[in-house]
Formats: sequence, C-alpha cells, structure tokens
Amino acid sequence: MRENLHRFFRAARGAGVRLSPAESIDAMRAVSKVGFTDRTILRDTFLLTLAKTQDEKKALGDCFDLFFDQPEPETPPEDGKTEEQDTQGSNAASDSPGETSGGEQAEGLGQLAQMLLAQDRNQISAAIANAASAASLSDIRYFTQRGIFSGRILDQMGLQRLRDDLDNLTATNPALAERLTNALDGLRGTVRDTVSQALMLYGREEAENLRNEILRNAPLSRIEPRQVEQMRHLIRQIARRLRERYSKPRKRQRRGHLDVRRTIRRNAAWGGVPFLTAWKRRHRDKPKIVALCDVSGSVARVSDFFLLLIHSLHEVVDDVRSFAFSGHLIEVSDILESKSPEEAMAEIMSKVGFGSSDYGSSLDDFEHGWMNAITPQTTVIVLGDARSNNLDPRADILRRIAERSKRLVWLNPEGRMAWGWGDSEMPRYSTFCTVVRQCATAKQLERAVSDIVASYQ
Amino acid sequence: MADTRPSASIEAVESGLAAQGYIASRQIATAVYLAQQIEKPILVEGPAGVGKTELAKAIAAWRGMKMIRLQCYEGLDEAKALYEWKYAKQLLYTQILKDKLGEVLGGAPTLEAALNQLHDFGDVFFSKEFVEPRPLLQALEQPAGCVLLVDEIDKSDAEFESLLLEILSDFQVTIPELGTVVAVSPPTVILTSNSERDLGDALKRRCLHLHIGFPEQKLEERIVESRVPGISQTLRRQMVGFINEVRTLDLKKLPSVSETIDWARVLVLLQAPELGHEVVKDTLNVLLKYEADIEATMPQVSTFIAKASRQGVFG
Repeated sequence: MRENLHRFFRAARGAGVRLSPAESIDAMRAVSKVGFTDRTILRDTFLLTLAKTQDEKKALGDCFDLFFDQPEPETPPEDGKTEEQDTQGSNAASDSPGETSGGEQAEGLGQLAQMLLAQDRNQISAAIANAASAASLSDIRYFTQRGIFSGRILDQMGLQRLRDDLDNLTATNPALAERLTNALDGLRGTVRDTVSQALMLYGREEAENLRNEILRNAPLSRIEPRQVEQMRHLIRQIARRLRERYSKPRKRQRRGHLDVRRTIRRNAAWGGVPFLTAWKRRHRDKPKIVALCDVSGSVARVSDFFLLLIHSLHEVVDDVRSFAFSGHLIEVSDILESKSPEEAMAEIMSKVGFGSSDYGSSLDDFEHGWMNAITPQTTVIVLGDARSNNLDPRADILRRIAERSKRLVWLNPEGRMAWGWGDSEMPRYSTFCTVVRQCATAKQLERAVSDIVASYQ
Repeated sequence: MADTRPSASIEAVESGLAAQGYIASRQIATAVYLAQQIEKPILVEGPAGVGKTELAKAIAAWRGMKMIRLQCYEGLDEAKALYEWKYAKQLLYTQILKDKLGEVLGGAPTLEAALNQLHDFGDVFFSKEFVEPRPLLQALEQPAGCVLLVDEIDKSDAEFESLLLEILSDFQVTIPELGTVVAVSPPTVILTSNSERDLGDALKRRCLHLHIGFPEQKLEERIVESRVPGISQTLRRQMVGFINEVRTLDLKKLPSVSETIDWARVLVLLQAPELGHEVVKDTLNVLLKYEADIEATMPQVSTFIAKASRQGVFG
C-alpha cells in the first residue's frame, strides 16, 4: 500500500497539485490515522492534507477517482464484482454453446491465448496491470508515447506467443482462430484504454507544460480558434504572475526607517524624549499608465489579447487609463474595471472594434479629449501595428505625447521586417518612442509588460 | 462536555459538534478529527457567513476549552498579536527605583565600576513581569489548552503571516529578550480566510486546508432545524429550496448560511405558515444585502417559490 501511496502522490503531481515531501508525510500520517477502509474519508483526508486551493482540490479529487478506479494487481476483486462477472461469463458461454469446447482445444496454446479464450476478465485485467507495472507504465509522459507503452505491455503479456498460436490455428481450427483474433482486438482496446488512463494520470503536467511553452512562443495572430481559450488562460496566468510579483513589494516599502533627525527636532519641546516618531519615506513614483489599444480589423486577432493584458494591468497598477481605437478613440477604463474580461472585450469591440484604423484621427481624438491625463510620471503604452491606411499619421501629436510623458512604449505585433513597408508608419512614430518592441507572442507580451511595471518598483 | 482528550473517531467529532448546535459536513468533521490526531492547524476558506468562525466556537464549547480570538486587519503587527513590553510600567519602576540607585551604586569608587554594577541589573526590566501577552502568546500559555482562532488572516499583511509560521508549525514563539516560549499544551488552531488575497505557500503548507462552501440542501435544512427549532418542516424545506434557487443567480453577495438562519428566525417571528409571495417580498432584505441584488431577485420570486414548493412535495 505504501508503494501505492507513492504512486498516487506522483499522479497527483501530474495532475498539477504541487506536493512537497512535507505534505506527503503529513498525508501519510493522516492516512495512518483514518485507515484505508472508507474511501470517501480517505478522499477527504487527501483533499485536506495535500490540496491547498479549490482548483487543486478539484484536480486532486479527479485524480483520486481516476487512480483508485484502476485495477489493482494486489487487491482481490470485491465480491459483488466477481458475481456480476461470473454471470456475464456464463451468459457469454450460454450465448455460444457450440464453442464451449474451446477449453479442450486450447491445450497446446500459450498462456495468453488460453486466458483470452477463457474470457476471465479478472484474470485479464490483473495480467494487464502486472504487465503495465513491468513496463513501468507510470513513467509515461507524452501522448506520443502511447504506442510504445501499448506495445510494451502487449509484449510483456506474451503477444509473440499468441501470434505463433494464431498462425498455427488458422490452418487447423479457423473458427477458434477467428475467436482469438476478436479477443485480441478486444485486448488491444483495453490496453489502449489503460495506457490513456495512465497518460491522464501521470502525463498531464508535462504535456501541459509543453503545450504552454509552444503556445507562449506562437504568434498571437496565427492562433487557431480552438486554441484561443487556452491562450486566454495562459495570458491570465501571466497576468496573475505579474500581480503576485509586483503587488507585494509596494506594500512592504510603505514605511521606511526611523528618521532620527526629524524625530529629535519634532520632540525638542519634550526635552528630546521621543513621543512622536518620524519615519523616512522612500519617495516612489506611483505607476501611472495610459494605454492606447488598436482594435481595428488588421490587428483584430491580436487585440483580444492586448485588451486582456490591459485588463490585468488594471489589477496590478492603480492608476491606469485605457483607450481603444480604430477609426476614432474612446476611453474604456470604466468598462475594463467594472466588467469581467470577456464582457469588457465584447463591449469594447462592439463600440469601436473591427473598423479600419485611422491613427491620425485617433491621436487627434486623444489630444483633444484626454491630453491632460498625461503627466511627467506617466508611461504611455501604444499597442498597434501602426498601419494607418495611408491617412495622415499625425506623428506630431505623438511627439507632443512623448514630450509630456515619462516614457512612450510602442508594442507592435508585426515583425521588424514589416515595419515601414506598405502603409506602416512605424519608422515615423518610432523616433518619438522611448522603447519600441515587437510583441507577437505571449512571451514577448509578458516581457514587455513586466518591464513596464518593473520600472516603477 | 469538558472532554479535552482527542476524540476517538470522526463520528464522535460530528456528534460532539452537533451537541453544540453546529451541524458539520463529513469533510468538516474529518478535518477537525485529523487536526487533533496529527496536531495541525486548520485553514478554513470559503465565502462569508458559511460558519467558519462558528466552527471554532463550536469546537471550543464542545471540548470545554477557552477560545482566544485574534481578529486580523491590515497593519496588525507583533506588538498587537504576540506580546509587547509594558513600557509605562518599566518607566514607572525606573522612577520609583531611582532612589535605590544610590544604594546600588554606593560602593562603587569609579564610574566604570558603577557601570559594571548597573549591567548586573540590566536585564531586570526585560523579564516576564514586563511582558504584556497578546492573543498568540496567551494561547500558548493556557495550561489546559485552548482554541486559537486567527480570524480573517487574509486581511492582514503578508509579513504577519511569517510571524505566525513558528506558532503554526511548532506551537512556540521566540521572544528575543526572553528566549523561546513553548506551548504548555498545543492549542487547536483555526485560521479563517475569505480569500481576499492569496495566502503564502509556507502558511498553507503548515495547515490542513478546508474549504467550506454553501452546504447541500439536506445539510442546510438540518442546520436550520438545529438553530431555529420553532420552524415547521414544510417551511424549512421551502425556504432552503428558495435560497438555493437564489444562489444560482449572479448576485453581488449570495446569501449564506447565516442569512438563512436569520431569515428562518424572521419567518418564525412573522408566524408565516408557508412561503408566500408577500412574505418573501417583505423580508427579502434579510436575505440580500444590496439593493441591486434585491431588484435582480424580485422578478424571479414567484418562480422560485413555485420551484421550492414542488421540491418540498417530492423531496
């Protein structure tokens, strides 16, 4: 059972539950108190000792169900089960009375063939489980390994011998050979299921990491519809990491060291007895961000993610004002702050989205409406491809924005090679920007935003 | 009642808590049982009003122990949670003992000798007599053990968590001037959190993690039964069914168990025989705390009552 517990812990790690050795020791101590008899209590015990969040509890619960549903080689089958399978077995036998003589003909056959013909499911599943542990099935990590492991398990069970038997039987007893072939197909199916289940148990984390890594480096504009949800999930993860990383230190540094000089001066009236203390305040710029996000047709596939990231910025930084534009520009701070990401994005897209972009008039809108939102402490972020459909780019406005602000960061989803080609006004704009970055993948997006927030720490 | 020994089984925990009017789900009972068996604190998370704090009270009442409560808030620090020096007392004593100073230093021929003599008395003022124990230290000093409730830990700063770690893992604190204070008998520690901010991994690792959500309908009926004895079975079933319907709505603040109990009390007070449209309309403000929530629920009231009554018939 100990071995089983360790396998369960490994499966739990695979399911994304972060388990430290200390926790598994706790779990083992707890299990030794409650015992294995009651499965629901055992489940609760694991949930209490191992999982630390609701998500983990859910993952662990699923993992538990999956794990303890697996056929166990050691444990004898429960009474109810054998009975049921006995009746099934006899049913099968009575369905095909002509073939009950299989037992006699099976004399010269290998073990696996006999087992298959006998149709003893318990024996077969026990054999599969034994072969699986001999093939160390719990080492499976990626879905590409499914074939290899299925093959290994079948080999362990004696597939080679079975093939020989089949070859012999096709000549002597075709009917039995056909029955055996069918049984073998069934066996293959069962083994495949066992392997898939093991993959779900042990391989999830690695597969997920791999997928995330691929996704992080994939160009945002080429994301397929089925991946969009995964991508959003990933961006939300990135946003959460940003928040965790940058919201803590801000609190810690609220109060600095004792300011001795000011304390003494302040308390001069009481003969230097420090009734009132004065603290050194570390002077820190409060992050102020103004984000301008292009949501026009040409960047529509990316703007979704831009908006999601700006949404997360609103959670990290107190003072963010966001604007969205294609043909003209509107402020969207309130929408992003009051609504869930999906609702907010839908509303913004319905208001200004998908049009053909006009950077000139959008910048003009901004200058007339909100120019005084920019102070010398503001970082301005522009997210867009700078394709202005050959309209006047009004780079002069961008210059004025740059002059008023602390920094002007332009994040462009297009590759550097494309800048300046066609109607791209990037070279003209970039002269006024403090930083210009390509921002085509989730990874680049994360870096860019992380830099922006970090510069205020 | 005064049974301070660890309880023998999960069922014993369940019935023990039930005797105090706390109807625990199996998960909760298992958590309490395990907390005693392997001496670990329980971190209880869940929405407001599902009985997180009540759990601590019930455990204390059942096991006949004192409950010490530490309410967390932003800016809570060592001096308020753990211990503080009694500065005023120290000052007062120095003033009073000033006259004694002459006697102590009387024999000293040089300044240096006087200083050395003073050093010998130096630690007097930082001794146990001058420590003002705050909740955490008090909890460790209880000879008969106690239930220590650290309420709404998520409201405190992240630094405060680190302060708790030593207590949670070893049931001891270190006071620099005095040394380490070890618990006389390990307290049962309950931490509660509304998940307002994410707690640190270090803290979570030291605790059993219990999530209390809204209870299942049957369980909630039993809770109402135990808390509001005067209520009829039909009404109980109807109102719990109704509340479960309300919880499916997208509201600012979903009604939780404490609201259920309040509402049951109100209904009994109004002597409502069963759930009617008028009664619900008049008392919806007991259940829902925001005007917008009430407005959102109003149009659904009739449907919900119908649904809840149907459940009452078949359930």
